[in-house]
This record gives sequence, C-alpha cells and structure tokens, in this order.
Amino acid sequence: MYSEKCLGHTRQMKKHEQIRVLIGKVGLDGHNRGAIILAKALREKGMYTVYSGLRQSPEQIAAQAMKYNVDIIGLSSLSGAHRSLFPKVASELSKLEGRHILIIGGGLIPDSDIAFLEKRGITKVFNDSNISIEEIVNSIEQLVFKRKYSLKN
Amino acid sequence: MEKNKNQKDLFHISIPFEKQKKLSFYTDSSIPIEKYYNPINQDNYFLDKIGYPGKYPYTRGIHPTMYRQKLWTIRQYAGFGSAYETNERFRYLLKEGQNALSVAFDLPTQLGYDSDHPLAEGEVGKVGVAIDTLHDMEKLFNDIRLDHISTSMTINAPAIILYCMYIAIAEKQGLSSEQITGTVQNDILKEYIARGTYIFPPKPSIRLTTDLLEYSHKHTPKFNSISISGYHIRESGSNAIQELAFTFANAMTYIDEALRRGIKVDEFASRLSFFFSASNDFFEEIAKFRAARRIWATIMKKQYQAKEPKCWQLRFHTQTAGSTLTKQDPDNNIIRVTLQALSAVLGGTQSLHTNAKDEASSLPNEDAAKTALRTQQIIAFESGVGSSVDPLGGSYYVEYLTNEIEKQVYEYINEIQRIGGTINAIETGYFHNEIQNVAYETYKQVENKEKTIVGVNKFDTDTKRELHTPRLFSSDHSQINSVNEVKKRRNELKVTRCLSDLRNAITTDENLVPFVLAAVKSYCTVGEICHVFREVFGSYSANEKT
Repeated sequence: MYSEKCLGHTRQMKKHEQIRVLIGKVGLDGHNRGAIILAKALREKGMYTVYSGLRQSPEQIAAQAMKYNVDIIGLSSLSGAHRSLFPKVASELSKLEGRHILIIGGGLIPDSDIAFLEKRGITKVFNDSNISIEEIVNSIEQLVFKRKYSLKN
Repeated sequence: MEKNKNQKDLFHISIPFEKQKKLSFYTDSSIPIEKYYNPINQDNYFLDKIGYPGKYPYTRGIHPTMYRQKLWTIRQYAGFGSAYETNERFRYLLKEGQNALSVAFDLPTQLGYDSDHPLAEGEVGKVGVAIDTLHDMEKLFNDIRLDHISTSMTINAPAIILYCMYIAIAEKQGLSSEQITGTVQNDILKEYIARGTYIFPPKPSIRLTTDLLEYSHKHTPKFNSISISGYHIRESGSNAIQELAFTFANAMTYIDEALRRGIKVDEFASRLSFFFSASNDFFEEIAKFRAARRIWATIMKKQYQAKEPKCWQLRFHTQTAGSTLTKQDPDNNIIRVTLQALSAVLGGTQSLHTNAKDEASSLPNEDAAKTALRTQQIIAFESGVGSSVDPLGGSYYVEYLTNEIEKQVYEYINEIQRIGGTINAIETGYFHNEIQNVAYETYKQVENKEKTIVGVNKFDTDTKRELHTPRLFSSDHSQINSVNEVKKRRNELKVTRCLSDLRNAITTDENLVPFVLAAVKSYCTVGEICHVFREVFGSYSANEKT
C-alpha cells in the first residue's frame, strides 16, 4: 500500500525521531523467548525498546506504554488468551488517553482470530513462524509513520 | 479377550506391554543380538568412562538390560478444558496403548488462581486442564485406577496442593498413599530461570519443595517427589550444555536444602527424577544423555557420598523439543519428532513424550496426538533399536561428544558455584543472560540462514499451512459455575479452620503437607490455599533485563 514511498519517509523520519516500542507479555503466559529476541533485535535496529517483563495485566501494559511514551505496543501471547487480553489492552489505553498508541500482536494466534482482533484495536497480527525481524521492523516503521502522518493532518 | 472390551479393564492393557520378556533377540536376518557389546581391550579408560550398562558411572544406561526387558514409559502430556474433557482424552490415550498419564494444568491452576479470579480471565482451560478443587480432580481421574497407572503432574509453585489432591483421590479409591506411583514436577528453581510460573520468592518456594520431598519419602515411597527439569531451560533458548549444567546446579540446591534439614542423602536421593529435551542435533543429544548419567553418578557418589547405587542412577523423562516445530508444512514435524525421539531412546531415556505435528499452532487434535503416539510405538516395536543396550557406545564420535559435554558442564557448574550458587544466580539475572545470549545467537543464525530450517528458511517454496480450527472448550463460565457449586456444598467452618491452621503452621518449622492435605480434603480451592501462602511468603517479581 505505502510500501516504497512510505518506507523512504520513515527512514528519513528515523534520523530525527526514534521510534519507541513496548514489547508486552500480557496475561499469565511464561513463554518469553520470542518477545525477548524481538526486543533485542528492535534495539539493534535503532528503536527505543522496553520489555515489560512477564505476567503483566492489560492495565499494567497500558500504564507502561504511557509512562515510556511509546508509539507502538507489541503484545505477545502463546497461551491462547489473546482474544480476551489484547482487546483489553486497547480499552485500557483509551481510558488513559492513549488512543494514539498503536497495538500489534504476535505469538500462537490462529489465523481465524486475526479479523476478530483487528476489529478490536489490534492493527496487525504476526503469527507466522517464518516472519523475519526485518519485515516486522518495516511494518512498525510504516504503521508508526502512517499514524503520525494521519494525526498531523 | 472378553475382558479387554470392558471399559473398566482398559487400564490393564498396558501391563503385558510393559513387562514384555523375550529371552533371545535376533535381527531380521536371524543374527543373534547380545545384551550389549564391549571392546576386546577393556582398559581402565573404558572401565572408568564407559563401562557396562547398569554399572557405575552408568554412561551406557542405568539398567543392564534396558529396553530388552522393560520398554521406556510412553507418557504423552495432555490436558485442556475441563476435567471431564481431559479425562476423555486420557482414556483415549490409554486405549491406544499409552501406559502412563501426564497432566497439563492450565495457567491459573499453575499460578494459584481460581477460575473466577480476574487474572484468570481468558486463560481457564487453555494450556491445560482447570483444577480448582478436589472435585475437579475426582472428575479428572474418573474410572482410572491409580494403582494401575503412574501419573506425572506438571505443577511447580502449587505442587504441594496437587500432590495432596492426588493422595486424596487415591484414598477415595480405597488405596493407601504408599501405593501411588508417578511424579510431581515440583522443580521451582527452573521456573525463575526459564518457565515463568513462579509465585513466591525462591526461599519459601524451596521450603515447599523440600516439605514435599520429606513427606513423600515417608508416605509415598513409590512416587518421584521432584522432576528436575532441563526441558524448559532448553526451550527458552539454551544449548545442550547449559541445559544439563543449570539442571544439575538446581538439583544440588535441593539436595543441599534436604541435607540441611537432616534428611540423609540415601533416604531421598533415589526418588529424584529428571526431565530433559530431545532437540535436533541427533548425536549431540545422544551424547548429552550419556554425559548426564555419568555426571550425575559422579556428583552423587563423590560429592554427596551416597552409598545406595539407586542414588547414583539418573532416571529421566524426555520430551521432543517443541520449539523446533514449524507451522509451515506441519507434516515435516513428524520427521523431526521421530529423529528427536530416536535420540532419546538411543540415549537411554526412562520415559518419553513425542510432540504432535500441529503443536506449532495449537494443542494437538486427536489424529495428530495418535500419530505422535504411533511414532514411539514404531520405534519401540518395529525398528529394533532397543534390542541391544547403548548401541552407539564406543563410537569414536559419540564418546568424544560425551566427554566434551561432560567437561563443559562441569565448567559451568563450577562457575555457578563461584558466583554464589543458584539462588544468587537467579536473583542477579545470570541465568537469563546466559540463555538469552545463546537464544539470540541461534535466532540470528536462522535469520541469516547459517542454520537451516526446512520449509522455513530453505526449501520454502510452496509451503503448506493447515487451516487451524480452534478447539471449542467448555467456557470459563462453566468452570466458574462449577467452583461456585462446590463452594455452596462444602462445610465452610471446616474450610476456615483448615486455612487458619495452615496459616499458623507456615510460621513454624512444621512440614506443611498434612495441613494442605486437610485443606484439599475439605474442598478448599487452589486459590484459597495459595492466597494463604501469598500472604505469608509474598510474591516474587523477577529481575528481567533484556
């Protein structure tokens, strides 16, 4: 959609504005290998990245996102609780006047749940095990750029 | 014959299977097969390092005949939804030839929250079965005789509660606690290192672990009171060397604690069991299992001066590595699991779980669960790999890898002692750092294709994805209703008294098992009992830096 042109803009944008990300483990799930690897990789790609730590409630995730003034939250869940927890993060964010913060999600999420989540405030879901970090970085850059651009207009 | 058709006798099927006794073994071409093979020149190096199966240092196996006399235990991990649904799956697996059970609990149960707790929302019955009270355990083991099967329970922070529920079920079936066989994971240290379902801080948690150990060696002597697990350490990204080193460092911490209480090493160490992963690097995994046996035998004999040979023998369960499964081309996972399972068998495991091909996407469906079970059965009954013990013993390559792993594991164990032991290493984030560095390195190797994953970063044209249909479980709602029903029917006075007795006992040095046993028999919930523990012990918050 905005691939080529947008990508150019975001790379330019990055020079004076670092993207800020919160990688959040929401719910009781203890699988953190992917979340930690992603946090490290995003940092290596130049993004300001906070990792929430295990077992955060939706309220705690939203509060951390506000505290660190992030542009985007990447939620991770492998326990099957994403259908209740991801939308709750979105509603908690609205309560804190954080509607401008984007939410993406990943983990063990069936394809058939993607539309459900997208309707409830989750902009994009990464559930493929062969997705490269480069693709996630590009997606984050595009989404954040698009959001900032749309807010300015 | 008639009997086998009878539902109630379902659980006898496993008995002839377990005790298969063949007197002589032959290859398909009628070449006779000996129990095991040795070099002509049995020098000191051979005797010290390799030796004979069933003899110290047990490099080749803990039994002289291994699978020729007794097959490994086929133990598939299962649990989802309500106790009723999981009971159905258990009975299906037993009917299909599995000879033991392994219970997966849902996250609220593992973290000591009842199904109606706000933090349990969306998690009830998802990654395992929901157990709130003894009533759920009664349903879980409905029509399953506990004197005919052994049960493994993957439960850690609240292990003491589920262990007590199991004893209570046995009593309801008219059995004594001495008769029950099985394992409770009860390995809290690896929860801080890798698995994440800790509740209380390490020190009070170790007290609960040791209370169970102490009670079990007197009252449930056939039960393994702990399964010290490297599996989750490996799954969180470690390599094979770290898997062994961190697991043994944890094991030594439990032993030290038991010794401090005055329990003699020969009284309990034979009931310590282990749990490892079988991952992709075929020969390294086989060497890992062989090295593990030698290291453990040496630690127990030399360092802890155990006299009882049973205490020197490393008994372990193995699960194929879930993190190696791919969502793309799920059929490929059957091949991965086969190779991994074969490495566990050639490595001399006592018990095995094989993953199902669809587990990169969901809990296994019934067909996938059956193929996983059949994988073990084909290795056991068709391949002939169990006909001679430690068939790879003496291979230059395997012995070299075994020695290398052993050497590097000792280096790691010494390093952990140098930095002040496991609890210190947990609290300073040492284990997390060590594992994360390896995990990140592995990820990079996959990303830049130095490490191949077929169907993911190579041969990935035209890969198939199975459309996954999420399983429909009974809802949170029905489980919540069921807890409320139990609460209405139970004797509240007894509940209050049991919980206050438990609270008082915690502040003394008394063993807590009898108090928890009384509480579960009065239908106190897992959440209520853990709440008492939380009040006194506090909760643990990890030092998680990335």
